[in-house]
Amino acid sequence: MKVGSWGRLNYEDHAFVPVSRDHAPERKETHKKTLPYGMGRSYGDVCLNPLGDLSFTRSLDRFIKFNPHTGELVCEAGVLLRDIQLTFSKKGWILPVTPGSQYVTIGGAIANDIHGKNHHTAGCFSRHLNWLEIERTDGQLITCSATKNIAWFAATCGGLGLTGVVKKLSITLKPVCSNWLDTETIVFSNLDEFIRLSTASEANWEYTVAWIDCGVSKKKRGIFMRANHSLEAGEVTPRDRKIKMPFVPPVSMVNRISVAAFNYLYFCSQKLKIGIKKNHYQTFFYPLDNITHWNRMYGPHGFYQYQLVVPSDAGRPAIDAVLNEISASGQGSFLSVLKTFGNKASAGLLSFPMEGITLALDFPNNGSETLQLFRRLDAIVREARGRLYPAKDARMPASLFADGYPQLEEFLAYRDPGISSGLSQRLMGW
Amino acid sequence: MKRYVIVGGTSTIAEHCVRLWLAEKGIDLTLVARDRERANSVAADLKVRSPDSLIKVIEGDFLAPKSAEKIVQEIYQDGAVDCVLIAHGSLPDQYSCASNLTSTAEELWINGISPALFAEAFATKMSEFQKGQLGIISSVAGDRGRKSNYIYGAAKGLLTRYTQGLQHRFAGTRIVVTLIKPGPTQTPMTAHIKDSSNMANVETVAKGIVTGMAQNRTQIYVPGKWAQIMMVIRHLPSFIFNRMDI
Repeated sequence: MKVGSWGRLNYEDHAFVPVSRDHAPERKETHKKTLPYGMGRSYGDVCLNPLGDLSFTRSLDRFIKFNPHTGELVCEAGVLLRDIQLTFSKKGWILPVTPGSQYVTIGGAIANDIHGKNHHTAGCFSRHLNWLEIERTDGQLITCSATKNIAWFAATCGGLGLTGVVKKLSITLKPVCSNWLDTETIVFSNLDEFIRLSTASEANWEYTVAWIDCGVSKKKRGIFMRANHSLEAGEVTPRDRKIKMPFVPPVSMVNRISVAAFNYLYFCSQKLKIGIKKNHYQTFFYPLDNITHWNRMYGPHGFYQYQLVVPSDAGRPAIDAVLNEISASGQGSFLSVLKTFGNKASAGLLSFPMEGITLALDFPNNGSETLQLFRRLDAIVREARGRLYPAKDARMPASLFADGYPQLEEFLAYRDPGISSGLSQRLMGW
Repeated sequence: MKRYVIVGGTSTIAEHCVRLWLAEKGIDLTLVARDRERANSVAADLKVRSPDSLIKVIEGDFLAPKSAEKIVQEIYQDGAVDCVLIAHGSLPDQYSCASNLTSTAEELWINGISPALFAEAFATKMSEFQKGQLGIISSVAGDRGRKSNYIYGAAKGLLTRYTQGLQHRFAGTRIVVTLIKPGPTQTPMTAHIKDSSNMANVETVAKGIVTGMAQNRTQIYVPGKWAQIMMVIRHLPSFIFNRMDI
């Protein structure tokens, strides 16, 4: 069956093999290589396995136990973050770290060691895990944690699914007084202002994130948002209302003109929201989840997401250079997200975050024009000793990957020889 | 607390229906299953979702005719039941059925006779208590026999006819009988089928069942499009139907 990823760049034939709750027999060597697959929400080829199988983990979607005193949740790896949020937010607990979509499995969150708007206070997802159980394709079961089988834990968190199938895990949820956040929206007009705001907010604000106008204009204005959990609930819980992008338009709806118009309108609409407001966690964390299949907007050729992080010292000029390069290329981006990462160390050998600034951008796939722009951006990232996020990547060169992830060699000792992915084939040669 | 019973407690469709039933407030639930250990895992998940709910597992032999009666007796010792969902089944490989009549008999039993026996045992109790809702999961496969799965289809056809009879019997009473016909759904039961891309998502199917039962509907096709598709399939003349490779 043809399977593609969120970026819709290409679709290839894969056989789906559901992961069984029971202990799996050893996969014989004659079997094709497999890859744990959850919701397929990664943008590039980290969740695909051309010429191989996909082990479908959504069938493992049960909770196992929850301790209402400590917040410890034990569950299977195919559980959706949405189900955790919906079930436990009613009881005063939420995920300690969440990405921008709740339609991902918890196994996927571990494999990509995801981060959220609270990275500066909470670090990556893996910091909140108590233990994991992985099943290797030779049938071996390994339980690992930050104190037991540490090396396996470090390889598996952010390990892109390549060390085995995570079957069960334990995570500590975060206690909250309400499902609401006190949010403040501030306009900034250049990068320095963003950095000042971000630094000033780190101590007293749990969540910070910014949207930057990454259109064709030279202005680097943007909207900065910071939030803390509210002590009291807001008035009206937003209804679960979804808009659907019903079809794939013949050409990308994201182009030079629409990006400029969108960014202008978005900026103006956000400007109206300046000040302090109460937001439901669903609205604050997952604004895009309300538009089902928004990725179809980019037309039949799909789109690339480019997410980089550069260390603090080199951060400011590198981000500046990236933004200049993009505006010079005329290929603006809709959803340009800017955030500073804190100094909370990640457990994973291949975890993406590092202390510094991260910028996420998306570009319609305009073929070689887009790829050339990426090569110029790569040079800036490499120069600044930064790296790209594999969960979003579909095209980075192997050398940039190796430079960005110095612990790659160490990681390779823990890979499961029965597993491969599009990304591993491309960047690790198997 | 509203009292629910699921027969086939490890059925993925039923599991998702229960998740919806207990999402708002606690329920009193009994899972009847062939394998206690597997049902316990379902129960543990449901208990995490709804700590207020009372959840009990009963293990039963679905192949023994007396078993249904005994289990239903046991359940009714704790009082009347508000809602029963009969959900067990298995999807046999048509071709291995052709060569093994013992497994054919077993498949006919587990998909047709056993659910009907459970339904009959519950119907007797419901008419005694003069209340209850009985949801029976049949299948679109029971609407017309076709070469690729007529053993399963025959068993589900039996269940469809049986349910219609039960609806006739309880017409005008406070007992509601709902015939549920899911189309192909992504569950462990269909996991061996290579191309599952056109199959319905189990959450969508469960939502359709829960909504339909709440509206006391007598027949639910889930997803809804199957009502039209099966209408056409049922009415195709056999000289056309028999040329189709389905």
